[in-house]
Amino acid sequence: MLRFLARRTLGALVIIVLISAITFALFFALPSQPALMSCGKNCTPDALALINKNLGLDQPVPVQYWHYMAGIFTGRDFTVGHCPAPCFGYSFSNQQPVWGTIVDRFPTTLSITVGGAVVFLVVGVGIGMIAAAFRGTWIDKFFSSLSLVGNSLQIYFVGVIALAVLVSGLHWMDNPAYYPITENPVKWFTGMLIPWLVLSIIFIANYSRMTRSQMIEQLGEDHVRTARAKGLGRRTVFFRYAWRGALAPIVTIFGIDLGSLFGGAIITEFTFSLHGLGRLAVSSVSETDLPTLMAVMLVGCTAIVVANIVVDAAYAVIDPRVRLA
Amino acid sequence: MNAFLSVRDLSVRFSTEDGTVRAVDGLSFTLERGRTLGIVGESGSGKSVTNLAVLGLHDPRTTEIRGEILLDGQEMTGAPESVLEKLRGNKAAMIFQDSLTALSPYYTVGRQIAEPYRKHTGASRREARLRAVEMLRRVGIPQPELRVDDYPHQFSGGMRQRAMIAMALVCDPELLIADEPTTALDVTVQAQILDLLGELQQETGAAIILITHDLGVVAGTVDDLLVMYAGRAVEQGPVREVLRAPRHPYTWGLLGSMPRLAASVDEPLTPIPGTPPSLLAPPPGCPFHPRCGYVSEVGGDRCRTERPGLPPGRGAACHLSEERQRSVFAEQIRPRLG
Amino acid sequence: MDDTSPRGGEPLLVAEKLTKHFPVRGGFPIKRTVGAVQAVDGIDLTVRAGESFGLVGESGCGKSTTGRLLTRLLEPSAGRILYRGEDITRASRKELAPVRSEIQMIFQDPYASLNPRHTVGKIISGPMEIHGVTPPGGREGRVRELLETVGLNPEHYNRFPHEFSGGQRQRIGVARALALEPKVVVADEPVSALDVSIQAQVVNLLQRLQRELGIAFLFIAHDLAVVRHVSHRVAVMYLGRIVEVGTRDDIYGRPRHPYTHALLSAVPVLGDWASPRERIRLTGDVPSPIAPPSGCRFRTRCWKARDRCAAEAPPLVRAPDSAEGHLSACHFPEPPTTAAAPAAR
Repeated sequence: MLRFLARRTLGALVIIVLISAITFALFFALPSQPALMSCGKNCTPDALALINKNLGLDQPVPVQYWHYMAGIFTGRDFTVGHCPAPCFGYSFSNQQPVWGTIVDRFPTTLSITVGGAVVFLVVGVGIGMIAAAFRGTWIDKFFSSLSLVGNSLQIYFVGVIALAVLVSGLHWMDNPAYYPITENPVKWFTGMLIPWLVLSIIFIANYSRMTRSQMIEQLGEDHVRTARAKGLGRRTVFFRYAWRGALAPIVTIFGIDLGSLFGGAIITEFTFSLHGLGRLAVSSVSETDLPTLMAVMLVGCTAIVVANIVVDAAYAVIDPRVRLA
Repeated sequence: MNAFLSVRDLSVRFSTEDGTVRAVDGLSFTLERGRTLGIVGESGSGKSVTNLAVLGLHDPRTTEIRGEILLDGQEMTGAPESVLEKLRGNKAAMIFQDSLTALSPYYTVGRQIAEPYRKHTGASRREARLRAVEMLRRVGIPQPELRVDDYPHQFSGGMRQRAMIAMALVCDPELLIADEPTTALDVTVQAQILDLLGELQQETGAAIILITHDLGVVAGTVDDLLVMYAGRAVEQGPVREVLRAPRHPYTWGLLGSMPRLAASVDEPLTPIPGTPPSLLAPPPGCPFHPRCGYVSEVGGDRCRTERPGLPPGRGAACHLSEERQRSVFAEQIRPRLG
Repeated sequence: MDDTSPRGGEPLLVAEKLTKHFPVRGGFPIKRTVGAVQAVDGIDLTVRAGESFGLVGESGCGKSTTGRLLTRLLEPSAGRILYRGEDITRASRKELAPVRSEIQMIFQDPYASLNPRHTVGKIISGPMEIHGVTPPGGREGRVRELLETVGLNPEHYNRFPHEFSGGQRQRIGVARALALEPKVVVADEPVSALDVSIQAQVVNLLQRLQRELGIAFLFIAHDLAVVRHVSHRVAVMYLGRIVEVGTRDDIYGRPRHPYTHALLSAVPVLGDWASPRERIRLTGDVPSPIAPPSGCRFRTRCWKARDRCAAEAPPLVRAPDSAEGHLSACHFPEPPTTAAAPAAR
């Protein structure tokens, strides 16, 4: 088990380094002259050379990459001053250290994604289990048609309707906003509620259908029949045997869905004007703010890779055949 | 006095998209404590369906069960789930064919053995674990104190089947249903498992139903034999009598189809022509008549229109007279079997 | 099949020291090959023209791997395969093409081995298409002829596999194997997925074809009675090695290897009560082929095992008092009696 996790972590590190190198190559090694972007409209060759020197862009690309990566861990000295670790450089657009902006934005995105995932896992898997338990009845059919509707919705569409109906119309919920959980957990919760619901709707539709079919398949398995033949009650068989079996494929799909979950979070941030990493990434693209974009890419990739390791670990916990292979 | 297990006029029907499957149709048999009944038949003969019905394991939404199943005086058909749950794994237990899929891959062997024990006796976790170790030892698993914490995939096929037997016997059931317990195993391991079942029956005095497609397996293991075809019993009797002097043309066909170590190799096998009937629309009259070579001997249309009855005790569900059944076997079938 | 049928035919398909080890990967931090499943470990066998050769053993003994090696579906790790005296072990795809048409295979699962989207006609004519063969009378004519040969209705040419029962599907598989008039057919458990009454139909069909067409058969099965019924000569495998080989009567009537005795003794027999046999009960399971026992691989379950068995692997040789061609791999062969096995008459 430990070996398994250690191997996965090592592999993940290799992947992160590779991603950083590729991203770096794409952004900084392209012939588009990063310094030009920072220089502005009235750029003289002298100013350009100065910027190049200040940013270390006059050095060969591998050396630049080395400085960049080393800076993340040890900090970095630019001619304009010291940038403490973890240093991702200075933003082209506001000249502030990139890391500060990331630290500022990351909790918002993290809240949206983790909360959204919890909501759709609980609700989606729950609905799927209820549908499986009552398969063939009107309950099952009701949830099936609901998931069909849910599956054809889009975040920006549902988002606007949710705002109009739940916030402006009925005043049932607060306007979406981010408050740090450390300062005011209640406000954090109420502010995040609508983003979570909106982000999770499509996922709920998918996960309920998948859970239902997995549960029905598991209920037909031999080991479930054995459990019934031992005299175990319906509930024990349903939860202890069938659900346990359905869990592994659900976790696998969740691991695959992590990417689209982050994508969904970006759209959600936009829909509700929340200031998270997604918005930061998009604005840095439109402002050609390369250091910021690079940092967002790296942090985002690391988050996905780490989440994948967690999923793998969960998979090993669930299935002894993986753990003891 | 009632038998320990008595099945009377049992019929099991499944509703499917294609129509109603008559999986079992008018089946009756009895079984006493300490005895072993072998049920032999090919796939689709209804042998497994019958035994799932004894434990009430069919899905009531798609299954229609008629007739009577009395287990020690308790009516099983239509009994509430709460009553059945108390009997399953306790008074009556079951062993399945494929131990790899029949055991859950997610729990240790020990836990799966201990589970029914805790449920039915109210034992503590510790007691149940000790019991699981003891059961593993009884079925011949080496180092049971260690293996009790293994998962099924860490066991070999033969050991898994032993563990499944341990699980079935953990509450000292009075009826043990073994559904093809050795089909997935190699011959040398099959022999071990059949011996084990016999020893355990000696110790516990349980009644056993052994379901198999292999006449060889029942020969040395069971007391009585029931031959099933297309959801019906076609022949029954003490195993030696049935195998020494079978009376039903289907049983003759089964024997003629089996290559046997003791038979002459010069005789070709004599297979049964054709294929088993669809249970969606079983043939009228005797279900075997489309494949039977003796229909013309019976005369008239009896085989096609009239369903032959199965005499109680020893006999065959066939319109041939008992005398004719004996003489056909002695004169035509026996010499071919070598 | 009686003993007078072509036993002395020329060697057609020969395995010499044939070996297949599947690598086992593991280790940390980088996975590497840490061991091998010794599925087949240096076996010699000869299938002669026109004979039916049975290969028996329990699951995991390597009999199916052997079949796949001989048909070149798997690449051997070592050893040689000769077809009509020609080394085909490393033959390229192109060089192999003419040989492939003469060596055909029949598989166990009649449900999985036929493409469900193709008609029976297309399935059976497949090998002819691949090898660019057009028989006189055309491919369709040949397929209809083959359908008739295997006992199916030629009019069913345009039907799909799902319209047939398991036994009929296996007949389709047989027809496909016969399409190119092969010299050797390797049949891997061809009847073990079928019900008894259907199994007999297919066994009889294979026997008839073998006799009428003079095809050599390598019949791989775990069922000793079926193998006895169809084979002229039989080899018994255990953990990747052949432990005994000989004529059917040698193996079933005068076995010398303790494992063969145990196997025969374990087969449940009708009428067991009438003449109680000497019962040999092996304990335990077959050891893992990743770490097989040293010396004789059967020694861990053998009641005769001594120190020598662990030290030295017994060669496959003719034991004293054995017939010519009856070879067994045991340091302490059993007397050539029929005590454990029922007489083969």
